[in-house]
Amino acid sequence: MRYAMAVDTRKCVGCSDCVVACQTENNVPIGFCRDWVVEVMDGTYPQLEMEIRSERCNHCENAPCVRCCPTGASQKIEGGIVVVDHNKCIGCGACMASCPYDARYPHPAGYVDKCTFCEHRIKNGLSPACVAVCPTKCLYFGDLHDLNSNVSVILKRRKFKTLIPEAGTNPQLYFLI
Amino acid sequence: MTSRRDFIKISAMGAGVLAMSSGTYGAIKLISSPENASKLRVDLKRTPTYCEVCFWKCAGWVYKTSEGKIWKIIGNDEDQHSNGRFCPRGTGGVGMYYDEDRLKTPLIRVKERGKQVFREASWDEAFEYIAAKMKDISSKYGPESMALFTHGSGSAYYTNLTKAYGSSNIAEPSYAQCRGPRDEAFMATFGEEVYSPEITDIRDTKCLVLIGSHIGENMHNGQIQEMSDAIDKGVTIITVDPRFSTAAGKSKFWLPIKPSTDIALLLAWINEIIFNDYYDKKYVEKYCSGFDKLKEHVKDFTPEWAYGITTIKPDLIRKTAKEMADASPSVIVHPGRHVTWYGDDTQRVRAVAILNALLGSWGRRGGFYRPAKFAVPSAKIPKYPEPKKTWTDAFPGKYPIASSPVSNALIAASIPENKPGILIKGWIVNGTNLISSIPNRPDTIKAIQNLDLIVAIDTMPMEITGWADVVLPECTYLERYDALRISPYRKPAIALRMPAAEAKNSTRSGYNIARGLAVNLGLEAYVPFEKQEELLDWQLKQIGSSLEEMQRVGVKTSEREADDLYFAENEDVVFSTDSGKIELFSKAFEDAGFDPLPKYVAHEEPAEGFYRLIYGRAPMHTFGRTLNNPNLTDLMKENSVWVNPKVSKEWGLKAGQYIWLKNQDGVVSDFPIKVRITERIRWDSIYMVHGFGHGQKQLERCFGKGASDTQLITKVLIDPIMGGTGMRGNFVTFVTEKTEKEVAS
Repeated sequence: MRYAMAVDTRKCVGCSDCVVACQTENNVPIGFCRDWVVEVMDGTYPQLEMEIRSERCNHCENAPCVRCCPTGASQKIEGGIVVVDHNKCIGCGACMASCPYDARYPHPAGYVDKCTFCEHRIKNGLSPACVAVCPTKCLYFGDLHDLNSNVSVILKRRKFKTLIPEAGTNPQLYFLI
Repeated sequence: MTSRRDFIKISAMGAGVLAMSSGTYGAIKLISSPENASKLRVDLKRTPTYCEVCFWKCAGWVYKTSEGKIWKIIGNDEDQHSNGRFCPRGTGGVGMYYDEDRLKTPLIRVKERGKQVFREASWDEAFEYIAAKMKDISSKYGPESMALFTHGSGSAYYTNLTKAYGSSNIAEPSYAQCRGPRDEAFMATFGEEVYSPEITDIRDTKCLVLIGSHIGENMHNGQIQEMSDAIDKGVTIITVDPRFSTAAGKSKFWLPIKPSTDIALLLAWINEIIFNDYYDKKYVEKYCSGFDKLKEHVKDFTPEWAYGITTIKPDLIRKTAKEMADASPSVIVHPGRHVTWYGDDTQRVRAVAILNALLGSWGRRGGFYRPAKFAVPSAKIPKYPEPKKTWTDAFPGKYPIASSPVSNALIAASIPENKPGILIKGWIVNGTNLISSIPNRPDTIKAIQNLDLIVAIDTMPMEITGWADVVLPECTYLERYDALRISPYRKPAIALRMPAAEAKNSTRSGYNIARGLAVNLGLEAYVPFEKQEELLDWQLKQIGSSLEEMQRVGVKTSEREADDLYFAENEDVVFSTDSGKIELFSKAFEDAGFDPLPKYVAHEEPAEGFYRLIYGRAPMHTFGRTLNNPNLTDLMKENSVWVNPKVSKEWGLKAGQYIWLKNQDGVVSDFPIKVRITERIRWDSIYMVHGFGHGQKQLERCFGKGASDTQLITKVLIDPIMGGTGMRGNFVTFVTEKTEKEVAS
């Protein structure tokens, strides 16, 4: 099993619903977030292009945050999901420094927190909160090893890119272009 | 190129970066706390609701934790408005409940108006105070001297109360400050309005034309969802906007029009569609009247003519007209929603309606569908007294086509020196912050100072509550029953809202407040059910359901009685216009002394050093109403002023710098606003999101954050047809340092 997410940049309107749905679902304290929206502009008026992306942890295959964690709190679980065991985390911040995507934040309770692909939901057959709420249905989630999963099907059909591939982390967040 | 690249995290800025750069992270006490870890909650209870954060009114479920705390709100899968997906504002609706700045108890003013010195009062005392004043106004001036300004779900109760009292002066700013011109233009053309939610069949359209309508930034849930579905199916989107809106970024064609020239573009499109025989001949022949007059009228309005006005190249006008024709009848020239721009707005939307008629999209798949609605009986109440005068007597002959009372006319009728035919002496203001929603703020305040009574009903301490004599604190939608949501859509449906939590503090629901006032005014017979849930159960039983059933399902949808979502082939349709046809040429407008066919008239242009003030929406906020909601403030804390790089260079403005804006009348914004340098805006305009720059100190999170566009809109271009307040004729310049005098004021 290899969980992955695809984000359709042609549909995303940058409304931040994914952000607030994640915050309420996962009790993320106000002022912090596990996912966020990025807008990239290119060109000169009126020849313009814009890309809007909903971003979060890339759940990298080769995750530097897992490698550098001194206590083993940052770890991979079934499906390649990168999680932080809050009990083991000492909040040293090494993982935050190592993440090329700036995907983690320091929870005020003293541990580092990040996207879990809503592991507590997917094991009950639900999709991650951001995927379930998105009004544009621009987020696709599923198992890459299942060729019929939402994410496998859309990646077969559409062109995509990953972010900072040169970091060599083999990210599992795909952006449809 | 890289220097021109904007790179912006729109919301919830990378918290990790902030923490690391501030160097404080290492100092955080490191205690692992398993009890804070997110864990799957058991014994979840869910309660049905429909959202009140905007007017789309999506139905959903409120989930609570096992400790009974409101946790999250999720869309109801059976609901056509949301399809199980709430927008950011609806998802963040929990913040409305938890906001610690909420109004808590009734307040009665003790010092002069506007000083905001109140004492706490009991509900009985507040009701008695208001009832005594209202009786006084009735005996001195007549009941017609009371006016209601209202917005949202509470409107029904206060409207009933106002009518029972004897006044029909009931205005919603959503008419004259927003959608009024659209409604009247479509009524004049098709004999029908486009309703809310709009009957645009976006999911099946092949071509969507947006004229200044920024779907995606205005988060009208169903429309966003359908636009996204249409993108999947390969829709062609044509966006007309001086700003590169989010929708423009999704468009095949973006027409970066010179502001205020839309009618010229629309006329050129009509010309192109008629003279190239692109129009739906069969449809026009069968359903429309006035075609020959229209053809004659537009004969000189060629793309070349429009180019000189709009700055849109003739080739692009031609190409986009052809795109629409190729998609016909599955094409939507979107009517928009907030359309009060330049004072000729009814005429502009008439041109939109005419274009749709020529393309045959009204009543057709992928165009506009026929809505269906549940018929639910209302409680039996006595007949309302007939008012001797109405708002139309205030300024006879003005706004003859207006089908709803015009809020700004009622405000003008509250100022004696305007010599209104009926002087308004009392206001009840429900859920609308008139200081921020009505342009030309000094007039609103002058009107307030002339009143004998002003009552403000709200959940939050807004600017308007600061001006009130009595403030009545409503509970939020999460703590109350409300009337059934019965809105027109593809299928008839009803939705229930019920309390998910006890009303906080001494707040009460709209129904209970209106009933309390009715009892004190001796009008109890108009609110016969003591409890709203008894009324709801009675109503639901009349249509074969019950309160118990609705509490379980939240939404009930039924099939349409007939398969008539679209016109059938060759169906004989009688339109509710005078002629029974779609009126391309409006006899009704001609009779009332207005142009029967839309004309382009040039508007004022900015003076040297000034830029047209354009405002709009952000997806995470509803006007100024949500700005203090902790969850939504977290997504967007302040607005910024969008400035083209050419302009910022000329002025030496830096990105992120705070400046003030000064308008053509010398009004300087109370608060500074952050500069956003972006190619997304034309060099002759600036843009800002509406609603920010709150001046109410009790709103702790949003007080003084960003600048208020409303404050800068002191020049109002009134639509003579229906009284709409055109608000895009204002121009601003930049003030980098405030003088002492300006700071003091």
